[in-house]
Amino acid sequence: MVHPAEADTRPAHSPASPKLFLETYRWMLLARTAEEKIANLYRSGKIVGGVFLGKGQEALSASLGVHLKPGDIFAPLIRDQAGRMAFGESLLDYIRTYMGSRLGPMQGRDGNIHRGRPREGMLAMISHLGAMVPTVAGALMARRFKGIKGCVGATCIGDGGTSTGAFHEGLNLAAVERLPLVVVVANNQYAYSTPNSRQFACSDLVQRAVGYGVEGHSVDGTDLADCLSVLGHAVERARSGHGPQLVVASLLRLAGHGEHDDAHYIDPQLRKAAVGRDCLRLAEDEILKRQWAAPAEVEAWHTAAQSQVEDAVASTLREPLPDPGEETWQALSTPHLNEG
Amino acid sequence: MITYLEAIREAQARALRDDPRVYIYGQDVGQFGGAFKATKNLAEEFPGRVLDAPISEDAIIGSAVGAALEGMRPIVEMQFADFSTVGLNQIVNHAATMFWRTQTPCPITVRLPSGGTAGAGPFHSQSMEALYAHYPGTVVMTPATVEDAYSMLLDAVAIDDPVIFCEHKYLYYHLKAEALPSEAMPVGKARLARPGRDLSIVTYSAMVHEALAAAAELSAEGWEVEVVDLRTVKPLDTDTILASVARTGRLLAVGEAFPWGGVTAEVVARVASEGFDLLDAPPRRLNSKDTPVPYHPNLWGTHRPTARTIASEARQLLRV
Ligand SMILES: Cc1ncc(C[n+]2csc(CCOP(=O)(O)OP(=O)(O)O)c2C)c(N)n1
Ligand SMILES: [Mg+2]
Repeated sequence: MVHPAEADTRPAHSPASPKLFLETYRWMLLARTAEEKIANLYRSGKIVGGVFLGKGQEALSASLGVHLKPGDIFAPLIRDQAGRMAFGESLLDYIRTYMGSRLGPMQGRDGNIHRGRPREGMLAMISHLGAMVPTVAGALMARRFKGIKGCVGATCIGDGGTSTGAFHEGLNLAAVERLPLVVVVANNQYAYSTPNSRQFACSDLVQRAVGYGVEGHSVDGTDLADCLSVLGHAVERARSGHGPQLVVASLLRLAGHGEHDDAHYIDPQLRKAAVGRDCLRLAEDEILKRQWAAPAEVEAWHTAAQSQVEDAVASTLREPLPDPGEETWQALSTPHLNEG
Repeated sequence: MITYLEAIREAQARALRDDPRVYIYGQDVGQFGGAFKATKNLAEEFPGRVLDAPISEDAIIGSAVGAALEGMRPIVEMQFADFSTVGLNQIVNHAATMFWRTQTPCPITVRLPSGGTAGAGPFHSQSMEALYAHYPGTVVMTPATVEDAYSMLLDAVAIDDPVIFCEHKYLYYHLKAEALPSEAMPVGKARLARPGRDLSIVTYSAMVHEALAAAAELSAEGWEVEVVDLRTVKPLDTDTILASVARTGRLLAVGEAFPWGGVTAEVVARVASEGFDLLDAPPRRLNSKDTPVPYHPNLWGTHRPTARTIASEARQLLRV
């Protein structure tokens, strides 16, 4: 479904090719497998701090990731393991950051989902929701100043995060500057325990696109084919100079807010409804139904993902942990300006 | 037994019971009872007065300011102290300037779940008391005991001015008391947590307990260390601090917050300017390191002061 803020001159969405569907499915599978492993490690006390899963949101996140290219900018959020991997984050970055390895990109200074490689276009989220929207907008302004064309910046946010001032200010700014920004809202019906009814009063968040003067798109976040075609289209619109794109997906978080949370507050009706379907299982059913792969092949992919994850965990376990004696304790990049 | 966290919950229950002007607003504080369960069951007990807010700290605090002007007594919960920066403008530029500009009081209470815990990282660990204390027009509380958590939160609601209530997350479950207090010390008065004669450690919040552990360790070595719990960092009880330094001649100010400026700097500055002649040695400060709060416990344990580092700092000062 398309909600144009201006006259719609776009071609109809094209369905994703089987090849892209399968590729994206495998990123989803790897993310799910890796997250299940980290959740297990958490339950056995091997992860310090929180663990936050993207279970149920892999189709949406991966569909964004596969449509971004090297040279694009991506600021993932809490539930974007699949999109991170599809964009190019290594499995080791993920495992090392959760396990606090000194060799990870955050060196134990930050952890879990708060990781990234800004020099490689993968921004490292701060916790403060909404903050990444204006930041990606600014990165895109820089690309424009530098005369770099054809790139896209994307960021993800939850239904709750749309209530922040930063989300509003960032999207408005991007619209004024007509930046190639894609903002993907995963409306998983809850922000921690808070249902949509206590978060916003419009009937559908995509309506806001009109107010910002940007193009809006709705997508079924449980349906990989729909995610691929809508995200592909939105990214293409941004890339081809049509300004910011607001994509709103409906789905459900199939895990707690974090692994400490049993999510008892989620309405059981929603779990049974269409939004509560598991995108990974649906995608797999689709693959088998359309005979894009044989059951044995799909099974082999599961096994491959499993052993990839086990290997990454095993090698990370042998790596050094952060050592306060070797830590620089310097927050500035300009060495002589550090006081400590 | 009652925990520090339960005391905060009980104080809010009592405030809601005793004063119809009180309401609680914050993310997930309703039926869910808050991220830390500080408002557990309050939504059921006080229908319509404990409300889930959108993720909009600026608006949450801004709305509290408006309600306070209309005579309400809002208690606002930030899910973590760190997120209060999103509402900073409303706190420091609106609430805190209100009385001075308009002679109209602005009685809001902003609860900040503060301080570090293992694995919490840069954005769920901060101690922000100095930031808010810096601005004229605020009262900043940093309770270190179950009793203070209870009675000072009731004080916060009763005070006609903006109160920033820094409750320490590490103490939530760790700290227990026999019962809730029936009487309380006045707001703005520091407490002698341990008497001594050789050195004064002036501190607040969770660091009071690290300082007490350090004092116990030093007492085995023959030193009698006095520990002053500031209770409120603004107003700062300079008289009690000076009286302590008058007894001991040595000052070590300890805080969990970042080292630049801050409460410990204020304590040292006041003693240096108002009690220089009381000092037998240069006063010292011990704070966190000058980096964001690290995620990994190996780093976090070194970033913040602990009983061990306080004791070693104290030993150096005692040898001067
Ligand atoms: C500015 C800010 N306030 C509060 C929080 C605490 N917090 C972390 S996640 C969360 C809920 C987020 O909900 P939503 O945006 O819908 O994302 P979801 O968790 O559902 O994916 C909250 C309140 C925060 N991270 N940032
Ligand atoms: Mg949500």
